[in-house]
Amino acid sequence: MAVATSTEVVDLRNRGRGSRPPGERSLVASPGTWFVWAGIAVFFVFLAGIVVSVLVDSFAKQWFTTWLPEEWTVGWYAQAWDRFDLTHVIGVTLLVAFSVVALSVLIGLPASYVLARTRFPGKQLVLLLFLLPILIPPITYGIPLATVMYNFGLGRTILAVVLVNLVPSVPFVIITMTPFIEQINPSIESAARMSGARTVQVFTRILAPLLVPGILAAGILVLVRTVGMFELTFLVSGPQSDTLVVAIYRAMTSAGGGEARQLISSMGVVYTAMMLVILVIALRFINPTQLVARVKDTGDD
Amino acid sequence: MSTVATPARSSAGLRHRLAERGISGRLWLLAPAVVFAVALFIYPFAYGFGLTVQPLPATVEKFGGGIFANYLAFFRDPFVFDTVWITMRLALPAALFNVAVSIPIAFKLRARFRGKRTLQTLLVLPITLGTVLTAQGLLIFAGRQGWLNRFLIDVGLIDEPLQLVNNYLGVFFSLVISGFPFAYLLISSYLSGIDPSIEAAAKTLGAGWFQRFRRITLPLLAPGLATTFVLTFVLAFSVFPSARLVGDPSDETRVLALMAYRAFAEQLDYSMASTIAILMGAVELAVVAIVFLGRSFLYRGSTGGKG
Repeated sequence: MAVATSTEVVDLRNRGRGSRPPGERSLVASPGTWFVWAGIAVFFVFLAGIVVSVLVDSFAKQWFTTWLPEEWTVGWYAQAWDRFDLTHVIGVTLLVAFSVVALSVLIGLPASYVLARTRFPGKQLVLLLFLLPILIPPITYGIPLATVMYNFGLGRTILAVVLVNLVPSVPFVIITMTPFIEQINPSIESAARMSGARTVQVFTRILAPLLVPGILAAGILVLVRTVGMFELTFLVSGPQSDTLVVAIYRAMTSAGGGEARQLISSMGVVYTAMMLVILVIALRFINPTQLVARVKDTGDD
Repeated sequence: MSTVATPARSSAGLRHRLAERGISGRLWLLAPAVVFAVALFIYPFAYGFGLTVQPLPATVEKFGGGIFANYLAFFRDPFVFDTVWITMRLALPAALFNVAVSIPIAFKLRARFRGKRTLQTLLVLPITLGTVLTAQGLLIFAGRQGWLNRFLIDVGLIDEPLQLVNNYLGVFFSLVISGFPFAYLLISSYLSGIDPSIEAAAKTLGAGWFQRFRRITLPLLAPGLATTFVLTFVLAFSVFPSARLVGDPSDETRVLALMAYRAFAEQLDYSMASTIAILMGAVELAVVAIVFLGRSFLYRGSTGGKG
């Protein structure tokens, strides 16, 4: 405590000079801190190594036994774009992702409203029904689901890809949105109802504006998840309905030793760039480390 | 708000009495989600379960057992059954490692310091990489000719390039890179839910950092740790693309998901594929149940802080 107070005093004195805000101080170098920093550093070295080596590879003409490629080129991007029809693939990816976001919010939001506001017989059962798809590995329900899709003649269609991706997304929206709605004071709604608002009006005029941050957060997370979802999409997609991750995987494992490594690297860079854009937009709206704490309250009991 | 109304005295209509128990028109709002869950989750599951008791003639011939041939095949065929251990050997250490490493990092990063938000963003960023790109990066970076081996040789730590990919290690790295940010994100958000004044109170009473951690923070964090472990374990247990790409899919990293996919797409044996998938879910749920049971022995109070 004493340390904190003295820093605050210092900070108060320094305030005029525009230094750190009160209560904020640089990390103190204790052994534990060094250990943590070393761990983070190793993690970042690996991460940077992975990202940079893919990036370098995507521009490399010949890169075998040297630190850096002997020659550079931008040709791989054009080649990959033509060869894998990336315009189509990215179009499919975005179409699937946005449809999943819109549908899962439309289906999930009313349900999370009921779960937040009412107690009814069988509520635990309904909660379990929505928790299971999150707790069970995607492959476990993906394979029976894919079998059903193929039997219905939906296999390899974009509709099938959207439907399988909804399975984890709808529960995800419900689980994230329920605590959000719980935080809204019900007396606001009661007042609106007293003034004669119908349920639809309560939704559009009262709840929707208050819920916009929550919907955005949930929607963006669903978007990131769907763009990155490999397992489920892979089980039901075909040449015309592959998303970008699946297209990259297929290129990496295609018969005959796979495609040229650089082609795959350049597709990987395109993928990461796309994800980065989404995530940067997302981080403008949500604070990542406080998002999940809200889930905790509904997680148990 | 006693839900059991007294019907004898109540003059209200049926509708009102039902509403008192929580059954009202509002519940219709649940309908789309429930219909969706039944159609896309429960029905396929039931269907898949039905498939498991309709084994292919070839399976019956090989393993016998009539309608249970698929299950017999799963438990008797070492090629299939060993994958349970292979998957566990990969998923448990990876999930434990991710949780264990996240705790000190989340603790240190709880303090306020300059550049905290940037650091947090950087830690969470690998989520955008995706397993396929991580695999490609690991193959290039940690491969025999990669920068990592090159650096270690140049420094003189090793003479021969280390085998870091296309084996167990490669998949483990990939699980850490995709799982750690997730674990860190969850744990630090649980940590932010613990009221710091509780720890401050212990500090005034003279508790050292270890005592505070063991007696206060850890019990309060335990439910969050259990949940984080379970979710990272689910991620690691269902590892699939990286097991194929940076692993050794025919031996060391022949995981359950890979076997299920093979039966599904390569052998077109939907009944065996469903059997593996469903038993995979059962094994995974058993681990989840053990974790949550263990958690309930550790601490049964409110999770404190938020209230």
